[in-house]
Amino acid sequence: MALSGIQIYKLLPQTNCKECGFPTCLAFAMKLAAKQVELSACPYVSDASKAQLAESAAPPMRLVTLKSNGHEIKVGNEVVLFRHEKTFYNRPGIFIKVRDDEDIQAKVEPAEKFAVSYVGMDLTVDGFAVEATGDPDRFVAAIKTLRQISQRPLVLISSDAKVMAAGLAVLNGETPLICGADANNWEAMADLAKANTPGGPPPHSGGHGQAALVVKADSIEALADLTEKIKGKGVEDLVIDPATKNLSRLLTFSTQVRRLALKKNVRSVGFPIMVFANDSILAAQAVAKYGGFIVLDEFKPETVYPLLVLRQNIYTDPQKPIQVQPGLYEINNPKPESPVLVTTNFSITYFSVANEVESSGLPAWLLVTDAEGMSVLTAWAAGKFDAERIAKAVKTFNVADKVSKKRVVLPGHVAVLSGELEAELTEWEIKVGPREAVDLPAYYKQVLV
Amino acid sequence: MPIEIPKDKWPGSVKTITLGANSDGGTRTSVVTVGGEKALPFMHFEAETPYRPAVAIEIKDRKPDDWSTPLSEAWGDAMNDPAKWARAAEAAGADLILLTLSMTAVDGSPNTAENAVAAVKAVLGAVGLPLIVFGPGNAELDNALLVPVAEATKGERLVLGICEDKNYRTIVATAMANGHLVSARTAMDVNLAKQLNILISDMGLPLDRVLMDPTTGALGYGIEYGFSVMERLRMAALQGDAMTQLPMIVTIGAETWKTKEAKVGEGVPAAWGEWRERGINWETMTAITLLESGADIVVLRHPESVKRVKAAIADLMVAA
Ligand code: B12
Ligand code: SF4
Repeated sequence: MALSGIQIYKLLPQTNCKECGFPTCLAFAMKLAAKQVELSACPYVSDASKAQLAESAAPPMRLVTLKSNGHEIKVGNEVVLFRHEKTFYNRPGIFIKVRDDEDIQAKVEPAEKFAVSYVGMDLTVDGFAVEATGDPDRFVAAIKTLRQISQRPLVLISSDAKVMAAGLAVLNGETPLICGADANNWEAMADLAKANTPGGPPPHSGGHGQAALVVKADSIEALADLTEKIKGKGVEDLVIDPATKNLSRLLTFSTQVRRLALKKNVRSVGFPIMVFANDSILAAQAVAKYGGFIVLDEFKPETVYPLLVLRQNIYTDPQKPIQVQPGLYEINNPKPESPVLVTTNFSITYFSVANEVESSGLPAWLLVTDAEGMSVLTAWAAGKFDAERIAKAVKTFNVADKVSKKRVVLPGHVAVLSGELEAELTEWEIKVGPREAVDLPAYYKQVLV
Repeated sequence: MPIEIPKDKWPGSVKTITLGANSDGGTRTSVVTVGGEKALPFMHFEAETPYRPAVAIEIKDRKPDDWSTPLSEAWGDAMNDPAKWARAAEAAGADLILLTLSMTAVDGSPNTAENAVAAVKAVLGAVGLPLIVFGPGNAELDNALLVPVAEATKGERLVLGICEDKNYRTIVATAMANGHLVSARTAMDVNLAKQLNILISDMGLPLDRVLMDPTTGALGYGIEYGFSVMERLRMAALQGDAMTQLPMIVTIGAETWKTKEAKVGEGVPAAWGEWRERGINWETMTAITLLESGADIVVLRHPESVKRVKAAIADLMVAA
């Protein structure tokens, strides 16, 4: 259980020496309780206190970080079962699998280059999973080939510790995820996770390994047994794999694990969940329901794009809709005679309109009003997008100074506002555009040119 | 190491509702029953899930002007005739049909009661599945079309929609008089949903004849709001709040196929991938996400989505 500020204070030296950067030990304790500082900022904590504090500070669900040259992905550390209770924090990693006997280049290159823009964010896959088919040399060659194409974090898949050791040796200085340990090979795999590279850097202090380790078993109990044994060897960064592709089993397992970790503080299953998905529905379920690392058999843009969007949606903070800054945006170098298009500052709305106009090549001023991050109709229904607000935005952003032709175009969904807006902006011509942004370019060419 | 799995014990449950009737004026050869959940979706280790979620296919009374190409390719000629379209939907695996009446006739004149009744009767004659009938989404016209439809189909236990705060009175009254059900839509808000259900039940329509449509956005266009509102509504129901204990219906097909990703095939980024499959993924991913947050009826448009979503539901219904 997490300790309160006062409980933490009792474990500190209580000398108020200020070396931590806080005026008192109590102030530092409060920050620790709020998880805003690291314990290591105080040089005087006793070992006994450290152990107690570490135990209590550990999140109920382990944060697992994979690293490679210039890339990092963090998974785990979730604190709620339902996003409306707070939010989900660390988005599941999405990885594409290749077997070492496949054409690595052909499969990896398109996935590596893949980037898709969604509401101003560039969405990409997080990394690759390389699966060994048996021969260590082939495994090594595949990883090397892959590393020439991509520097993203890797998952290495083999149940043979010798093959795995060979593969790991290629990834000096990285933290990959190795997959994995089962009832038979767990000791050897744990050893590898602890110090993966012979002659490489030593394992971090505090029992951190050089690779995170997937632990596979087909029941929660068997998994708990295995993770306890492996933790006993000093490997803490674990990921659990229920070894199923069945929707119902995976949903039940994932829900039970999340509940055990969060509600019962069962540390032996408090780890991110590994999902191998051979179809898009299973992958989508894993995004919505507690998946940690999702490995896709295939790379298809038409599957990966919606999956990345789903992940973005489910992991937005329910208290804060994604918004853009209100203001007057210039699209395709507008001139004084270019039209002024009005919209709201909800990101999805803004980008639907901006992308449409931008790709048409037509110049326009896009006036983004402060609608508290709501879509056109939502904001209108909530009284956050009305004639008064639009007129105010026209003034605040000095639109009249930028244009020679005073015309504003309203979204078709709020045609009802045109009368009131005429009254507010007497010198302006008020036009009503189409309802959907897709139809804007055609409308522009017909009506605005 | 023995581990005790925490089980939620919920005091409440969702009402059981049957759509379609095969006696007392009903001519359906199959009926659909949904609801009855006593736990969160597919948590078979806590309570039995008595009925599987149903998949409806949406059709229209005439060929729509604005449906995406992958949809018109899939349905082809059948789209010109609601009876044919209904049969094709049945063959595609629909558990029930949702017929949306158009705002206008092909020539642009407003849709008429005669046309609406004829289309509904044609569909009822063509298939034995239960039927949901939605108006075009304009309160005045909805009332003008749905009341004659309800009267002409007395006893069929149709679902009439969309029943909103603006027009619920007329629709509820005609559902009561003619032995039908209603689909009550509110804008993604727990309290609005409860309020409308209260208003409807105050008029005297028993709540086991009301479906609740909390509204959703499609993937990328507000699905997260639908997801969370549905989770909250279902939890409220299980906690015992009677005004939320109604099965939920969501019109996923309509939301999906109006997104640019599903609707547009040309001039879009190459990273969007193949058009048809992208649209189907858009629809099926929206469906699985919402089924797992509590949907009892998902309304889809593409036959391939129906196949995949039905297979997923079949998997999810087996305790594992
Ligand atoms: C998601 C959503 C919400 C979310 C908010 C999301 C957000 N940040 O805005 C939540 C759940 C919070 C919400 C709340 C409410 N909502 Co709401 N919501 C929706 C929903 C499902 C999707 C909206 C959306 O994101 N659309 C996508 C964006 C991109 O669309 P858009 O902004 O309109 O932009 C498009 C066009 O307008 C056009 N466009 C945009 N700008 C411009 C500019 C120009 C010049 C042109 C030409 C075109 C153009 O391009 C875009 C793409 O085509 C819709 C129903 C639906 N399925 O559409 C209801 C809906 C908008 N909500 C509605 C209502 C009533 C509400 C509430 C008032 C309910 C209530 N009483 O509590 C509240 C208000 C919020 C508050 N009081 O705080 C109603 C509005 C009814 C009406 N016609 O007036 C709707 C239509 C639902 C319904 N059928 O009843 N809502
Ligand atoms: S460094 Fe340690 S001992 Fe010094 S004030 Fe901070 S918490 Fe107290």
